[in-house]
Amino acid sequence: MTEVVAATFRQKTKKSKLVEKGVRWGIFLCALASVLTTFGIIFVLAKEAIPFFREVSLVDFLFGTKWNALILPRSFGVLPLLMGTMLIVIGAGLIALPVGLASAIYLSEFASQRVRKTVKPVLEILAGIPTVVYGYFALTGITPILKSFNDEIPVFNALSASIVVAVMILPMVASLCDDALKAVPRSLRDGGYALGSTKTEVSLKIVVPAALSGIVASFVLAFSRAIGETMAVTLAAGGTPKMTLNPLESIQTMTAYIVQVATGDIEHGSISYHSLYAVGGLLFLITLAANLLSYKILKKYREEYE
Amino acid sequence: MSSPEYSSAPEFNSRLERRRAFSTIFKNSCAILSWLSIGVLGFLLVHIFSSGWEWISFDFIKNAPSRMPHKAGLFSALMGTIWIIFTTAAIAIPVGVSSALYLEEYAKKNRLNSFIEINISNLAGVPSIVYGILGLTLFVRLMKLGPSVLSGALTLSLLILPVIIIASREAIKAVPNSIRLSAFALGATQFQTVFHHVLPAAMPGIMTGVILALSRAIGETAPILMVGAVAYVSRAPHGIMDGFTALPIQIYNWAREAKVEFEGLAAGGIIVLLLVLFMMNSVAILIRNKTQKAQS
Repeated sequence: MTEVVAATFRQKTKKSKLVEKGVRWGIFLCALASVLTTFGIIFVLAKEAIPFFREVSLVDFLFGTKWNALILPRSFGVLPLLMGTMLIVIGAGLIALPVGLASAIYLSEFASQRVRKTVKPVLEILAGIPTVVYGYFALTGITPILKSFNDEIPVFNALSASIVVAVMILPMVASLCDDALKAVPRSLRDGGYALGSTKTEVSLKIVVPAALSGIVASFVLAFSRAIGETMAVTLAAGGTPKMTLNPLESIQTMTAYIVQVATGDIEHGSISYHSLYAVGGLLFLITLAANLLSYKILKKYREEYE
Repeated sequence: MSSPEYSSAPEFNSRLERRRAFSTIFKNSCAILSWLSIGVLGFLLVHIFSSGWEWISFDFIKNAPSRMPHKAGLFSALMGTIWIIFTTAAIAIPVGVSSALYLEEYAKKNRLNSFIEINISNLAGVPSIVYGILGLTLFVRLMKLGPSVLSGALTLSLLILPVIIIASREAIKAVPNSIRLSAFALGATQFQTVFHHVLPAAMPGIMTGVILALSRAIGETAPILMVGAVAYVSRAPHGIMDGFTALPIQIYNWAREAKVEFEGLAAGGIIVLLLVLFMMNSVAILIRNKTQKAQS
């Protein structure tokens, strides 16, 4: 009798060991899916950009000042697209970074629990609104307001796109900065108060410097997010690649160009089509560098208070 | 009794007043700036509802897109979005939760696993349009899936995978270790421990994360625009290999039209989209509140 039990038990453990192994490998493969995604992105971008760089030299691409990809005579200097993107990013940053940091300081240092409970969900809602909605809002809500100040502003302009991109990245800046400020220990603030500082002096001269690495990291992440933003700038900023620093003009960003090529009737395999991958690759590299930089800043300059 | 130390007191007092005044000004300007975000949200909602509300009707939900604004509806877009979301969920949830289980429960600390971790947090920062390029090239062209529901869902799955993994890991981490230890003590294998005890305990947290990730996928426009969701698909998809359009695509196409009526239609579409998102988020919050009560 005992032998029979022992035998079934052994068989069962053998079977469960098999299950064990199968499951382990199965979920390991799932975890690898994300690694394959990264390789997939790099592979696709590289493979399809090679035919482009056979015809256009890297120097011409990076430093050329004229982007004329879809009509003859073609010219593939990416600077106008890059400048369009930067115009949006800088505009958005000038609005969102100070406002986001100020909101974070207010929420973490001054606001009552009740105010926090109202403002934080609002920020979450703003973060959850789809980007195409912001594009619509820029086009039909903000541009008419800008036009009421100056009628010569075109329908598609960089300024209204910058404003909505600022609204989009604001929640991220505010909540990451809030986390960073919150992580500063109370004892540092109490030290400041004990020396007779006002609340503002404590916030600006003690808390903000102590949380600086988190604040800067959030700024870099916001920058990366704004560069990759697509729908709002495609809808609101226009489709004319231009070297300009005037936010009241119509421009084209890298992302908007990618959408234009992918949704237009560009012949598959032509150089214009392959230019999509060169621009996409540049976009990927810039955002990757920004993300890594933000990660490094957090790692390297984090003050430990334990 | 006057001592020389006190002679600076008036000066100190006037400086103190200045400092206090500055403190108040600073506090109030920070307050105004943070209430600004509420103002922006209010303006956005009022703007959208005032121009879109009159377009919302039963016909708007059940009609196909049309060149004539008064006949146009978003039935095919709504169905497309539903198809896309369920297919995405079917792909992304098993893969994402398994990855999270692997990283939290199985993975040893070695180079490969820390590479996987860094890789996931990096992927979370890749712009959605880059996923669109990947989907267009890999799924639509190389794998010849065409501009189908499946291509769109695969692309969106890759996009939300990092979000699901990160949220699921948090939920799995929160499961108390005593549960694992007692399962092992009763002779359970690791498989039994993880799938019969840890996973059920982490389920509410995982569900919340998954719903939030899916609601992000619903609003994503750029990736599915890239894989070729077409504007005037007038019928709902009947299978995962059918072409499709989706709510955000329909909104994008209406918003680009020059006619004022289409502006109203786009706003109407946005209202429907926001309602869908609102419902999904409410469910997520409900689940979160319910489990928080049960645990406390």
